[in-house]
Amino acid sequence: MSTQVLQERQHYLNNGYSLKSWLLTKDHKRIAVLYFITISIFFAIGGAFASMIRAELITPAGDLVSSETYNKLFTMHGVIMVFFFLIPSVPATMGNFFLPIMIGARDLAFPRINLLSWYLLIAGGAFAFFAMFAGGVDTGWTFYTPYSTTYSNTYVIATALGIFVAGFSSILTGLNFIVTVHRMRAPGMTWFRMPLFVWANYATGVIQVLGTPVIAVTLVLVFCERVFHIGIFDPALGGDPVLFQHLFWFYSHPAVYIMVLPAMGVISELVSTFARKPVFGYPFVAFASVGIAVIGFLVWGHHLFVSGQSVYAGLVFSFLSYFVAIPSAIKVFNWTATLYKGSISYATPMLYAFGFIGLFTIGGLTGLFVAALGLDVHVTDTYFVIAHFHYVMVGGTVMAYLGGVHYWWPKMTGRMYPEGWAKLSALFVFAGFNLTFFPQFILGYLGMPRRYHAYPPEFQVLHVASTAGATILAIGYIMPAIYLAWSLRYGEVAGANPWSASGLEWQTPSPPPTHNFEEIPIVTQEAYDYSHVKREEIEVG
Amino acid sequence: MSSQTSEHIDSVKTYAAVLVTLLALTVITTLVAFVDLGNFSVVVALAIAVTKMLLVALFFMHVRYSTKLTRLVIVGGLLWLAILLLLTLSDFFTRGWLGTPGR
Amino acid sequence: MASEAHAHGHGETLALREQFDTAYQQRDASTLGMWIFLITEVMFFGGMFAAYTIYRSAYPTVFAIASASLNVTIGAINTCVLLLSSFTMVMAVRAGQLGQRKLIIFFLILTLFFGCIFLGVKAYEWTEKYEEHHMPGQAAFHLEGTDLQGPAKLFFSLYFAMTGLHAMHMVVGVGILTFLILETRKGRYSTEYYTPVDISGLYWHFVDVVWIFLFPLLYLIDRHLPK
Repeated sequence: MSTQVLQERQHYLNNGYSLKSWLLTKDHKRIAVLYFITISIFFAIGGAFASMIRAELITPAGDLVSSETYNKLFTMHGVIMVFFFLIPSVPATMGNFFLPIMIGARDLAFPRINLLSWYLLIAGGAFAFFAMFAGGVDTGWTFYTPYSTTYSNTYVIATALGIFVAGFSSILTGLNFIVTVHRMRAPGMTWFRMPLFVWANYATGVIQVLGTPVIAVTLVLVFCERVFHIGIFDPALGGDPVLFQHLFWFYSHPAVYIMVLPAMGVISELVSTFARKPVFGYPFVAFASVGIAVIGFLVWGHHLFVSGQSVYAGLVFSFLSYFVAIPSAIKVFNWTATLYKGSISYATPMLYAFGFIGLFTIGGLTGLFVAALGLDVHVTDTYFVIAHFHYVMVGGTVMAYLGGVHYWWPKMTGRMYPEGWAKLSALFVFAGFNLTFFPQFILGYLGMPRRYHAYPPEFQVLHVASTAGATILAIGYIMPAIYLAWSLRYGEVAGANPWSASGLEWQTPSPPPTHNFEEIPIVTQEAYDYSHVKREEIEVG
Repeated sequence: MSSQTSEHIDSVKTYAAVLVTLLALTVITTLVAFVDLGNFSVVVALAIAVTKMLLVALFFMHVRYSTKLTRLVIVGGLLWLAILLLLTLSDFFTRGWLGTPGR
Repeated sequence: MASEAHAHGHGETLALREQFDTAYQQRDASTLGMWIFLITEVMFFGGMFAAYTIYRSAYPTVFAIASASLNVTIGAINTCVLLLSSFTMVMAVRAGQLGQRKLIIFFLILTLFFGCIFLGVKAYEWTEKYEEHHMPGQAAFHLEGTDLQGPAKLFFSLYFAMTGLHAMHMVVGVGILTFLILETRKGRYSTEYYTPVDISGLYWHFVDVVWIFLFPLLYLIDRHLPK
């Protein structure tokens, strides 16, 4: 009977089945699905590179691949994961899908630009793929000069072009979100009634718009130096390679907040729904998002502590780097306070949220370690840094991403995922993640350099543990790929609000109609108002 | 239905006056460059350039009639450019202050 | 497609696309979107301005000598040409506000004309630099009057990179103007809807503003110094 209902009702998925209706769509929900498929593929490829890295590191000798190949492996792992997975991850999928619905809009402000941004990601990916298959690039995802401009014999230009184009995808998404939030809110949807997920994506859009152009122009200069031999960063001409690092990190540090802010937005939604309480200190969390976006632009020099940057500049950047931790900490405190006396249920999305809060805290605190100028001299360019950023990026962002995917899966697809398998996967992810990356803190502190594939034998035990963890983690990621796909056909049909959550997205059918709402709502409720939500049994399985 | 009421249509005279001012400022900045003002030269040149920018923005780009949000966006962008320039310069200007080689 | 146009109180027109409630909202959103895009362009050029600032402060004398090798008269005239094009562009927008189709086309063509002159002059300047061996890629590169040929190359690298990037933006602008002229001829624009002309005007003026800064920064460095 439920299948019959689905077939009768028109929604965004069955509104046209042709390839053209998907590839020329203006529907933000379809574009979100296109993105979801695309970045899942990128994630798999980036993960494949990671597997090869971890396989090599099982033994102290550099015996699986040559040094040159190893350089390519970690470079491409980084490039794909950062630019083609993490940056688009939450905004392009869940942001695209839900931001308009959450504010009561029919679509984003510029639907065709939204579609263009997806094509740009594809085009950028095509360049990057070409570089990979033609022979790879070995400069590290950071492209430091003069190696990238003068000495590397690999496909630097193709990769740079790919990142450049993907950067414009990011800029257009951010631009679209900013205009949408400013100009398309439904009547009664004031700024402080919006879900915090919207605040997070808005702040992210600001970062995308202000920061990405700088890496774009930096890559243009690298391109010019390689092709036309005009040397902006060339010491032989009196140029300064450190200038490259300044320009590169001016974007790439705020980029990490592009990666984590939307994830934090997801967590706000999850924590509220599964504690059945409004997020504690809503204004503080909202302003913290903006605060992170702003302060995040003032700290990039902490990547240049040992580069030859002046000590005084280093001091300033180190000091400012401590400040950026404050709004992040405020969020963690507020989520925790939300849990207090909440009615907590442990569905899979909530498990990922718990994982995020714990692992992001560790990652964030270790960020403070490396922000200390003196200590960073010891741990920079070691596995300590690698562990730090994987805790925030993977333990943080990827966990939140998975949590959000599970949370909104019934809404997007009209089907529930199998809760038992999902919980098991979450456990694999959590255990695998910690086993992979915790040993890396120790390795780094003991002196294991990053980007090396051969190392002293005394480090082997920790590396083997790390690789074992990576295997478990990989299983934890493969399982959702399977059961989520399975659920599309065999999963239990989902109602409009299986989580008894607040928010406009739960007041439309699952999947939503193409135009989101039959009638544009007039909003009178505050955010996270559960008094109007009928409590259904949450499937805990 | 006619277009919304806050549509301001400037006169041709206004635009022409702005153009003449811009052209004059261009001549001025070129001539002043040949006068020895020492370090002040660059200040004058930038001041003139900023004036020209303001004229183009306010009159040609209609910022005079724009929303507060537009102005915030413009100011924000210029502020961010300033952050990029100033914080990067903070490195290059303070090199060598410590006295140790390479720092 | 049929269900796309389905009930939301209005079918879709150019002036009122279906995601918007009023034409004013659409116009406002489009303008805001263009301004945000221009801010990304500010940051885009900004990276090069940062490089310029640092190297000019590191090598003031060489930069002055290199700057003096540029033809200031041609540069100044070209600046005036671009300012003229900004005037004709805003006149085109004004014609759009008044719904004067023929005038829109007239001023767009003038703008296009001035823009092409600017680009032509730039091409001439670049050719001159090539013949004087002031192009950094050239084996025979040499700037007279200084031993610091490396920093001299830096100046010219920045010169070509910045004016080149600017020129690329002009070329895109020329393309946009051509598109607008064709669209206006088809009768697409009116008082109710001339947004593409309006926001293209913003883009064109922005490119002009960039040049307003490039001219003194590249052509007028310490011109008072004796040769």
